[in-house]
Order: sequence, then C-alpha cells, then structure tokens
Amino acid sequence: MSEQTLTLDEHDQHDHGPAKGLLRWVFTTNHKDIGTLYLIFSLTMFFIGGMMAFVIRAELFQPGMQLVEPGFFNQMTTMHGLIMVFGAVMPGFVGLANWQIPMMIGAPDMALPRMNNWSFWILPFAFTMLLSTLFMDGGAPGFGWTFYAPLSTTYAPPSVTFFIFAIHMMGISSIMGAMNIIVTLFNMRAPGMGLMQMPMFAWSWLITAFLLVAVMPVLAAVVTMMLMDIHFATSFFSAAGGGDPVLFQHIFWFFGHPEVYIMILPAFGVVSEILPTFSRKPLFGYHSMVYALIAIAVLSFVVWAHHMFTVGMPIGGQLFFMYSTMLIAVPTGVKIFNWVATMFKGSLTFETPMLFAVAFVVLFTIGGFSGIMLAIAPIDFQYQDTYFVVAHFHYVLVPGAIFGIVAGVYYWLPKWCGRMYDESLGKLHFWLSFIGLNLTFFPMHFVGLAGMPRRVPDYALQFADFNMMASMGAFLFGTSQLIFVYLVIKAVRSGEKAAQVPWEAAQGLEWTLPTPLPYHTFTTPPVIEQK
Amino acid sequence: MRQFLHQFCITLALFVPGSVYAAWELNMPRGVTDTSNIVYDLHMLILWICVAIGVVVFGVMFWSIFYHRKSQGAEASQFHESTTVEVIWTVIPFIILIAMAVPSTKVLIDMYDSSDSDIDIQVTGYQWKWQYKYLGEDVTFFSSLKTPKAEIANEQEKNPNYLLEVDNELVVPIHKKVRFLFTSNDVIHSWWVPDLAIKKDSIPGFINESWTRINEVGTYRGQCAELCGKDHGFMPIVVKAVTQEDYEVWLAGQKAASIAKAAESEQEWTIDDLVARGETVYQKNCAGCHMVDGSGLPPAFPALNGNAVVLGDIEKHIGIMVNGVPGTAMAAYGKQLSAVDLAAVITYKRNAWDNKTGQVVSPADVKAYIAK
Repeated sequence: MSEQTLTLDEHDQHDHGPAKGLLRWVFTTNHKDIGTLYLIFSLTMFFIGGMMAFVIRAELFQPGMQLVEPGFFNQMTTMHGLIMVFGAVMPGFVGLANWQIPMMIGAPDMALPRMNNWSFWILPFAFTMLLSTLFMDGGAPGFGWTFYAPLSTTYAPPSVTFFIFAIHMMGISSIMGAMNIIVTLFNMRAPGMGLMQMPMFAWSWLITAFLLVAVMPVLAAVVTMMLMDIHFATSFFSAAGGGDPVLFQHIFWFFGHPEVYIMILPAFGVVSEILPTFSRKPLFGYHSMVYALIAIAVLSFVVWAHHMFTVGMPIGGQLFFMYSTMLIAVPTGVKIFNWVATMFKGSLTFETPMLFAVAFVVLFTIGGFSGIMLAIAPIDFQYQDTYFVVAHFHYVLVPGAIFGIVAGVYYWLPKWCGRMYDESLGKLHFWLSFIGLNLTFFPMHFVGLAGMPRRVPDYALQFADFNMMASMGAFLFGTSQLIFVYLVIKAVRSGEKAAQVPWEAAQGLEWTLPTPLPYHTFTTPPVIEQK
Repeated sequence: MRQFLHQFCITLALFVPGSVYAAWELNMPRGVTDTSNIVYDLHMLILWICVAIGVVVFGVMFWSIFYHRKSQGAEASQFHESTTVEVIWTVIPFIILIAMAVPSTKVLIDMYDSSDSDIDIQVTGYQWKWQYKYLGEDVTFFSSLKTPKAEIANEQEKNPNYLLEVDNELVVPIHKKVRFLFTSNDVIHSWWVPDLAIKKDSIPGFINESWTRINEVGTYRGQCAELCGKDHGFMPIVVKAVTQEDYEVWLAGQKAASIAKAAESEQEWTIDDLVARGETVYQKNCAGCHMVDGSGLPPAFPALNGNAVVLGDIEKHIGIMVNGVPGTAMAAYGKQLSAVDLAAVITYKRNAWDNKTGQVVSPADVKAYIAK
C-alpha cells in the first residue's frame, strides 16, 4: 500500500501551479487558495456589515427619527450582528488558519482538501440567502442577532425560515472547517513536532475547533426547534402551548458563550506569534499560555447564563453563574500578563502588525475589565441590555477579533504574496482605526451607564452628545478601512519584493519557506530539531 | 478667505448642536433606594479595582514600550519561563475575585428577598406599553408613551422628557416595600428604572419578582430594556413616588374613575361620539402597526382600509378585536380595552378612511359578544 502511494507521489512530482481562469477558485483544493477565498469573503462581509453599522450610526446621530423606520432599524442591528459574527470574524479566522496552519506545522495541505473546498463554498450561498431576506415581504429578521423567542417565532416575519436555513448552512460550513483543522493538527504535524511544540496560533485554533464542533450543533438544534414552533405547531418556546421562552435563551447561550471565545481565541494565537517577533524575545510562559487556553475553553461551557441575569433565575443559579464567570478572569489574566512579560525587557519595534497587536492587548483588556463588571450579577442588573454591554462586546470584538485578523494579515502578507505592503499607509490605517474605534465605543460606556438601552432607534436628549461623538467615530473607523483595501491591492500588484524573512526575529516553519511561495509547500516534511 | 472661514464655521456649528441637549452624563445614577445606593457603591468599587489593575498592567507595558525599544538601544533578554511568577499572577487575581464576590453575594441575596411587602403591583408587558395592576385594590391601567409623533418626526421641538414620558404614571408611596410581579402578554420585555436599580424581564407564561423601597418623593424614568419588536424604543416607564397621604388620595381617585368608566357603557352613544372616541383609541392602540391611515405594514400587519373583515361580518370583527389572532402579532384586546373603547374603535374602523359603512357597534353589542 505504502509503495503504491509513493509511486503515485513521484508520478505527481512535476510542480502543479494553479489552474488557469476563474474556475481555479471554484474547484481549488489548495489551502492557500481557499485561505485567500475565505479572507476575501470575510472582508466583503465586513464591508456589508459595516454599511449596516453606518445606517445605524447615521440614524442615531441625533435624537428623533430621521432616516429609517424603527422596524428597518431593527433589521439593520440584527443583520449587522449576524453578518459580522458569522460572515466577517469567523471566516476571517478560518482564512488565516487555512493559510497558516499547514505552513506552520510543516504539512503539505489541509488533511481534507475537498471538504475544505466545500466548507468555503457553502458560505456565499448561505449569506446570499440571509441577505435576500432584506428584500422579502415583511422585511428581514428584526429580532436581534440573539433572536430570542417568541419574538423570533410567533412574532417573526415570514423571512425567518430563510434565516433558519442560512444559519444551518453556516453551521455545516463551520463544523466541516473545524473538523478539518483538528484532523490536520493531529495527523499532519511534521515528524518530531509534538503537541507542546506547536506554534501558539495552531494551539489556539485547535481549542477553537473543538469549541466549534461542540457548540455549532447546539445552534442548529435551537434554530430547528424554532422551525418546528413556526411551521409544525410544536410549543418548545411558546408559553401558551406549555413551552418555555427562557429555554430558548439557555440553549442559545450554551452555544453563544463558547461562540464568543471562538471569535477571540484565534486572535490570542495571532498576537502570541506577533509580540515575540517584534519584541525579539521568545513568548513568555508557553506552557501556561496553552493551559490558560484550555481553561478558558472548559470554563466557557459553564458560564452561559451570565447573559441572562435578569430572566429571574433562582438565587442559587445566579450565584453559580456569577462565580464561574468571574473565574474566567484568572486564565484570561494569565494570558495578558504573559504578553506583557513577553514585551518586558525585549527590544521592541513598532511595525504595523506590532501596532495592531499592542492595541489588541490594551483594548481587549479594557473590554475584559467591563467584562468583570458585567459578571457581578447585582450590578449587572444596571448594565444588562444597555449601551454599556454594546461598548463591552465591541471592545473585545473590534480591537479584539478584528484587530487580530488584521494584525495577522499584515504579519503574513509579505510571505503570502511575496511583496511588502506600504508601511506608512499601514501605520495611517492603524492610527485612524485606533482613534475611530475609541471615539465610537468609549462614549458608549457612558450612555449605557447613564441609562440608554441597546437596540433603540431613538433616544432621550441627555444621550445626544455622546451618540453624536460615537457616530462620527464610526464614520471615521469605517472609511479608514478603505485604506486597508487599497494597501492590500497595492501590495499584491506592485509592492516591493519581500525578503524570505521580512521581520528580523520571526520564528517558525512558515519563514523557512522561500519567497515568493510555491503553490505547493512542504511536499516533503521538514525536519524538526528537538530542543 | 474670510468668507470661506465664515462658511466653514457655520457648517461646523451645524454639526455640533449637541450643547443644546443638556448634560454629559458619565455614570450610573445613585438612585433613590437603599439598594440602588449599595449597587452604585459596588459598581464604583469594582470599577476602581479594575482601574488599579489596569494602572499596574498598562504601567509595565508602557514602561516596556518606552524604555525597551530597539531605537533606545534595548537588547532583548531571552528569559521565557518562570513558574513562580505564573503562580503569583494566578493566585493574586483569584484573591481579588474572592474579595469582589463576597459583597456581591450579600447584595444579591438582599435584592432577592421580596418577602413582607406592603403593596403588590403586577406589571404586564405589552407590545408596546405597560399595564399596572394594584393587586387587591381593583385598580388597573395602561401606561404608554406620551411624546407626540411630531416630536419624534422632528416637526416640533423636543421637550426635556422626550421619549421618557407616559400618559399614566405608576404611582407608589415612599418608605413602603413595593413588590412587583412581572409578566408579559406577548414577547419578552424588561422593566428597567435605573434610579431604583431594578431590571427584570417580563416573560409570557412566567412571573418574576422584584421589590423596591423608595426614599425620596420624585419622578423616576426608565425604559423597556429587552428588544420587543418594532417600537421597543418607545415604551418608557415613569414611576412617581409620593407620600402615603398623596398615594391614598390618588388611589381613591383611580377607584372613582373606574366606577365612572363602568357606568359609561350603560349610556347611549351616537355614531359621531363613538367615531370620535374610537379615533383616539385607534391612535393609541392600533396605529403603531396598522398605521394612522389604515394602510398597515403588509404582510405582517394587514391594511384595515378596505379590509374584508372590517367591511364584513360585525361579529367576526368583534371576535378578532376581543380574542386576537393566535399565532400572529394581533393581540387580544378583550381584557385591555373597555366595552366602550372596543365599540368605539370598531365603529371608527368601519367608518374611517374609505370604509364608509355607516354601521354602529354599540358597547352593548360588545358586551353581548363577550358574555357569549
């Protein structure tokens, strides 16, 4: 058997470049091509979701209804959330994983390349279906990205069925992507690379992939129960039929809380690669970083009801979820301290990837602080469902997840396309994004504490000043992302030729590969020196 | 150039009318109950702990950023492991968390003790208004947004309580333990008044509890906090705390009014009176979905102008108004509106816009239907 494989391999030896024409992208099973597809898809969705944020911030620019109807406003907040979570952040990280994981562990490709192709190509159809609901009778879903029943069942517009189907498709895509990563990491590491020698990015994705496989079926279950309630006369979530609307929230957040770590752990991985490079110093506490990741993942399954402190749980439940949530601060703190210790006594330079990574650590920590405040149940009653929460999760998602993806792209782009990006444009992009997002999301803490609920199309007069500030920040942040698009296109088409190792102290197998990268890499596994 | 500058300033001024709109509120209100004060103190305690941790962590980080940069000639050390340090920064946060958990637990247990209340009020969420029922007092009323549509549509200057004003305020006495029982008629709502530090979901099929004891006379405003559909942003809460004497006077007034209301249905009503009253009822209860001009928002909310039910069988029309349409957003108004209001709004619908049927539905007709 093995001899036969060997002959086949040798027969196949002449270097296959990519196929010609557009069909290359349809039929490709190459991890680099699929990574590119994911990243372009993610960026497209980022802009579509971003335009919805523009509509939201424009309506909230001043008190009073100016631009849209309240119903359409709800559709915008709902679709903005769904698209950013499922369309921008998750595919963005899968794109990074596709590009990087095989190159970082010395594998020729992902373990299941055809499935890889399919898991990407489901996405455009799923999101076309989701976006098409905007043009349907009764409009798109307007019940929030958390789609609480019975607003999303008995009281939903007819388009909810398409929403459910779209969620199913995204779930299938995510599960397949996650399985592929698990199989790749377990079976295709270069000989000599043990699990505890894997790069941190690979580790963070291994944990993330397990979370995905565990919770995406839960999401599928909850939307299926909705489907049954809507079309097949069941009463899972309808009190009138003996069901329980709170059950929906428990199931949703059992998916939803691990989901928020799915959106941040790979960013932890990216930052753990970038900080050592630009500090010219190894990552501090590799082992404890891995254990912290595992601890965060395990804890994420027992904290879900902190999203529901106001539903009227018995006090025992309330206390359990408060304590377990506070515990998460411990491993998260360990990660932050380790990053700071990595920078401490290093020899730091601040190229664009480093700027994004440092901003990640600072701003994610601020999001973590508001997270601790939100974990305290008796004071959470004052925060729950206000702009304070909006500020909190945007601080962990925008300078967290999004900055993580962007930092990764800046860091690895010279390897991917063999050309450097324009450093001054990159810095401009960083500073405008940094100012824009703080201007947008910091004032939200204040209006939230002062009493502004989230998901409202209009607000009382005392919130006017900060809302205007937030809107201006949002316009600045949104438009400065065009610099990024221009910068990437410019780098790919006419950037300066990049060196094989463009960063002075970059470590890792991906930097041992030639630049420009061949279409197939590591067709023979590299030799790992045992430390 | 000067002209350009002048125009530039005007344009800038257009973008900054903010100062017109009152204060830059930064923080949570202290509130007017013992609980809300404790909550505020706990909030500030946790905030300052976080700030202190932040100062240390960011301090070390910015120290490195300024003094350990390559351009400053910093040489990188190569240390990368220290079990002692790892243990220290695992244990210290753990201790800080315990210090946070102890007071939090105490506050929470106190907030959950709603026993021995003086007054019980049932709060029911409706799309998009609140119903308050004083248990044992036979006083029930709805409380909905009072802000005129013209202010929301920017056709009229906004008053200081814009979006935070209601037609019927919830009146409670000070220094009494008031227990609230929350439930909902349709979707999940959440009753939130920051000054009382109460936020509790009102959930169909469930009853949630909470309580307050207000220390100061005053008017306290809040809003629905859980997304409940189209007009979620337009269902405020206003609590008026008064002295015990004023409360008793108010309660007596409410009881008298409800007796007067019951008498209304006995009197004779002309079609003009019914249509006039029906229009007010319609604006308040129906126009949100079916629109002022009866055009609706199909397909979720059908048009009433030229509607087959509205122009057809009277009994069926009364039936839909009284019982709602199960499985849709059409609520049952049988328990929300009086017989007179139901008769008036049905008569109005059958005679408004292009629906010139000339038919009159009397309060007696409605009562007869309900009795069946």
